[in-house]
Amino acid sequence: MNIGALLRIALRALAINKLRSALTMLGIVIGVGAVIVMIGVGAGAQKRVEEQIRALGSNLLLIMSGARTQGGVRLALGSGQTLSEDDALAINREIPEALAAPALRGGAQVIWGNANWSTQIYGTTPEYLVVREWQLAAGRAFEPAEMSGAGKVCLIGATVARQLFGSADPVDQVIRIKRVPFTVIGVLETKGQSLMGTDQDDVIIVPISTARARVLGSATQAKQRAVATIWVKAAEGYDTKVVEEQVRALLRQRHRLQPGSDDDFSLRNLQEVMSAQEASSRVLALLLAAVASVSLLVGGIGIMNIMLVSVTERTREIGLRMALGARTRDILGQFLVEAVTLSLIGGLIGVGLGLAASVAIGSFLGWRVLLAPEAVGLAVSFAFVIGVFFGFYPARKAARLNPVEALRFE
Amino acid sequence: MLIEARELVKIYAMGEAEVRALAGVSADIAAGEFIAVMGPSGSGKSTFMNLLGCLDRQTSGEYLLAGERVSQLGPDRLARVRNRQIGFVFQHFNLLARTPAVENVELPLVYAGVPGKQRRDRAMAMLARVGLAERAHHQPAQLSGGQQQRVAIARALVTEPLLILADEPTGALDSRTSLEIMALFQELNRQGMTVVLVTHENDVARFARRILRFRDGRIVRDEPNAAADAARALRAEAVPA
Repeated sequence: MNIGALLRIALRALAINKLRSALTMLGIVIGVGAVIVMIGVGAGAQKRVEEQIRALGSNLLLIMSGARTQGGVRLALGSGQTLSEDDALAINREIPEALAAPALRGGAQVIWGNANWSTQIYGTTPEYLVVREWQLAAGRAFEPAEMSGAGKVCLIGATVARQLFGSADPVDQVIRIKRVPFTVIGVLETKGQSLMGTDQDDVIIVPISTARARVLGSATQAKQRAVATIWVKAAEGYDTKVVEEQVRALLRQRHRLQPGSDDDFSLRNLQEVMSAQEASSRVLALLLAAVASVSLLVGGIGIMNIMLVSVTERTREIGLRMALGARTRDILGQFLVEAVTLSLIGGLIGVGLGLAASVAIGSFLGWRVLLAPEAVGLAVSFAFVIGVFFGFYPARKAARLNPVEALRFE
Repeated sequence: MLIEARELVKIYAMGEAEVRALAGVSADIAAGEFIAVMGPSGSGKSTFMNLLGCLDRQTSGEYLLAGERVSQLGPDRLARVRNRQIGFVFQHFNLLARTPAVENVELPLVYAGVPGKQRRDRAMAMLARVGLAERAHHQPAQLSGGQQQRVAIARALVTEPLLILADEPTGALDSRTSLEIMALFQELNRQGMTVVLVTHENDVARFARRILRFRDGRIVRDEPNAAADAARALRAEAVPA
């Protein structure tokens, strides 16, 4: 018997019990739909984390000044002035596999024409863009003369560009930061949200010397070369933990800390934080897919259940078919095709519903849902395998019936 | 000889006990015969029919169908023998529900691997032969009992088998319809078809030309049926030709 004939028999048998077939399929529909949605949601979450991590830059360490104690009250990290630009220079000099960029940070009002905007000002060195893996969307980076001569030039983030300039080209325009005129020499590429949810593009970068002299003011920075943070990037292929320990040792030595005393700075390995986040998002994705697979499995058990009922109900029919010349494999094939038809039709409907649900979740809940063709292929082939697996036992049961007893069955 | 049965024994295991359904049955059936198998229930006649139909295997003894030792064939070959050489007619018709008559008749051809168009033509021709050409697309539920049994007979004939085995073919029909069905069998037999039918009604057995009587797993009487001619006369009366 060819597959076409078997398929016709299967479709007729399924059509006779329409409601039952539909309900049996529903299990697979829900299972496959759930697998598609859950893989989509999981992959979306994972992708989002990956993007945030890429935006932050890879292999990052963040050093912040230690807490300052003022009259017995310990102030926030960064309030002390234990780090200096020289620490960053020392790291660059002593640890070849690390690249350090010192940074000063403060808020300021900026004005262009009659537009104004309150944003973050970063005073830093050219290494900062390398460390953060930040490209320019337009214009150019700082030149050495501008760095050493406290040049009144700045790079602006995408958000600042939009807020101040709208659709106009910001490059070579002059903006005022705290009433000091600065020439915009470049626009940074969009980075999007940080892991903490802040807008990383709402920023203006100026040479660190300029920031200290003209914008952030030396009044708060008692020490001439003090900085709040130093960003460090370990070169590709180096373990950030090793670099972290090297940096820690170097800083402790430079700050003349006794063995056993606390660090007067805080050193965070962002790479580890990100790896942990990435791992947890991967586990989440896996968990979602696993839960969805369980529902698919339950759907498969539903198929097996109904096929067993069907074989029992149709014992006489099986006996008749055997008497008329059906071989064992014809009967096996008939019931197997019936089970696979149930699971495949259910699977295809499930794919449709799953994709629709994914789109709905994406647009109504605003979640990021990734529609992967592999997930569709996986879910459909999984449905097929479920049909074969759970259809086989009932089909074999049918094929092994004794024709005499099957014909006598009441 | 179409059928040669030698000392057929069939023993069923019923839990601890053994049931000797056939206790050594020998019979020869020639092509073109019309035989009624009679006997009380439990006499072994159904077991005998199952062996003749290659639905079951004997415990011992020898069964040759058209000279072939079918008891030594594997299950797939047996299925092929049932498909090509034997036509079954059952008491309860055993038609597939919600399946048009013509597709019911096609069923054995499906298993024989006959292509669709040819299958349909042969099924239609066979339905015409049993007088149901215009009901070909009716489902069993839309047909009377007699019509359903005609469809079943068409199904048995469609592969052009060597013999027809009918197990109480009139058991579910009223007496008038029974006569019609028996007349049909008689007509087929006259055209050369070998027919073996099980019955316990004398009215039905009368149509056969030879009667095998079973008791306790043995054939106790094997005799030509003198009443066959009388039955033909009866048919002429009851059923206008």
